[in-house]
Amino acid sequence: MKVLEVRNLNLGFKTEDGFCQALFDVNFSLETGKMLALVGESGCGKTISAMSILRLLPKNAKIIGGEIIYKNQNLFELSEKEMHKIRGAEIALIPQDPMTSLNPLYTIGNQLLEVIEIHQNLKGAEAEKKALEALEMVQIPCAKERLKSYPHEFSGGMKQRAIIAMALACKAQVLIADEPTTALDVTIQAQIMKLLEDIKNNTGTSILLITHDLALVGENADDIAVMYAGRIVESAPAGEFFQNTNHPYSLALLNSIPSRRGEKLKTIQGQPPNIRENILGCRFHPRCGSCFEPCKNEIPSYFTVGENHQSACFLNSVNN
Amino acid sequence: MDESLVKINDLYVQYKSDNGVFGGTRTIYALNGVNLEINKGEILALAGESGCGKSTLAKTLIRLEKPCKGGILYNGKDVFNLDKEDLRKFRQKVQMIFQNPYASLDPKVKIYDTLAEPLKINTKLADSEIEKIVFDTACKCGLDKDCLKLYPHEFSGGQRQRIAIARALVLNPEFVLADEPVSALDVSIQAQIINLLKDLKENYNLTFLLITHDMSVIKYLADRVAVMYLGEIVEVGTVEEIFTNPKHPYTKALLSAVPEINGKDKNKIFLQGDLPSPSNLPDGCKFHTRCPDVMQKCKENAPYDVNFSETHCAKCFLYN
Repeated sequence: MKVLEVRNLNLGFKTEDGFCQALFDVNFSLETGKMLALVGESGCGKTISAMSILRLLPKNAKIIGGEIIYKNQNLFELSEKEMHKIRGAEIALIPQDPMTSLNPLYTIGNQLLEVIEIHQNLKGAEAEKKALEALEMVQIPCAKERLKSYPHEFSGGMKQRAIIAMALACKAQVLIADEPTTALDVTIQAQIMKLLEDIKNNTGTSILLITHDLALVGENADDIAVMYAGRIVESAPAGEFFQNTNHPYSLALLNSIPSRRGEKLKTIQGQPPNIRENILGCRFHPRCGSCFEPCKNEIPSYFTVGENHQSACFLNSVNN
Repeated sequence: MDESLVKINDLYVQYKSDNGVFGGTRTIYALNGVNLEINKGEILALAGESGCGKSTLAKTLIRLEKPCKGGILYNGKDVFNLDKEDLRKFRQKVQMIFQNPYASLDPKVKIYDTLAEPLKINTKLADSEIEKIVFDTACKCGLDKDCLKLYPHEFSGGQRQRIAIARALVLNPEFVLADEPVSALDVSIQAQIINLLKDLKENYNLTFLLITHDMSVIKYLADRVAVMYLGEIVEVGTVEEIFTNPKHPYTKALLSAVPEINGKDKNKIFLQGDLPSPSNLPDGCKFHTRCPDVMQKCKENAPYDVNFSETHCAKCFLYN
């Protein structure tokens, strides 16, 4: 069952040089109790897609089409007040940098209690009990004393746990994890990913994982959507994706990971495009090794290349 | 046995930090008896989590930090006791590439001048000769002649890292320290820079100290690996030895924490807790607070090096 569905999302920014479109017909859906990974390089539109779900967009961003369906309602049609009830309580965000996302002037307990009091209508001892449970759930040792600590007394991994605890305290249905481990060390990254997986398995929470790290995706995600310059270029279940990678960009990403010694790494020529560039046809064609005539003029539609496996590449029209 | 270029003997570096009016000072033990040899023409990778002292070691190697005990021999000469002429030579022969290419280039200086400055200071070459060397070096690093007229802000991250590499190479050094040279870059750009480093090493017989936390980069690029934990080298070996037969429990955990694209290793080792504070080092083996194989004597005594082969040794009581 789909818990969250993004349909034909188009979004752009008003800039000094006029309107620049950043997202082009973005479609993806998150199944209940699954982890969907949204993969892409910096600036490709991963984070802005996630932020549109929460409707936390910068002032100059404008949604020009599409809908986001959560529990049979279009989030774009809700009032700001209704949206308040969804943010944090139903759909929670785990931001990239735990160092800057907690308020340094309040204790961890204080910040946890705030979330619980607002979203669960609990007060006093009951709320405190809930906060303690949440901290214990994310395996923070001596949770009771730690409620009184300030963020600066926590290490990076512990801060990220505290933020995950806030989402858990309200029993959020959907967790949006925006590069949750990029700022952390690799051993801590393994701890946090294990925690997210446990949460997914034990509570049935659905997780949207935003990342640039395909290896992390390979270990954890159930489904994958690859994004390039504002467009989803390929989407598939994880196993299928790694076995039958179809889109040249996905292949190039996989090939850029250093693995076998001695062989020269295959690189993608050039740079990811600037948002101001107007690219006709397939957005990847200027950097694509297999580019041919139609790529330059037409936007490729999605070809079904396997079970639940879609890829936006004209090569599939030739092969069939 | 290969000829060693750099020899680090029992190196200790400490920082004093001021805790405000009533806090007094506390000492941060950054390096605690590092012994390491770097051979001519090899890439030695220094692996470890943030805060373990990797960057301090690099800074001490180029004399940006002073050790409180121990010393460094470069080509048999004590680095901290050079006469004026030797010091001038040392500074030409040892160069550094920094982690963040956005911060390590002067925004007000054109690329040509950035690259020519070291030559103007260190050599007495005529302008035309300098120009030739700058062009050659830029070309080696994959930079276009035209971009030498531009300022750093006009470049992308990958291009800037190429400029930083060119600046390090312009004096024709023997020994290059690269501090996380690819971690600020996108995956597709990372691959380009990794290829460049590999080419440079092969074509110019450079010796590299590659500091990184990314084990896949190490596996691809390095000849030997030194694993660091809390200011100590806990294991040294060739890439094959470290990756196929790691001995120290920390090395094992570090390797196991690296996500694999082909799905999850069922026996993944999860380290408990975080890196202890370097101002309050644990007694005995510094890793015992997080070690899965901890024994009583690890808490009391510091382990010493155990040799497994001529090139492979680790500091752990499990093996004596």
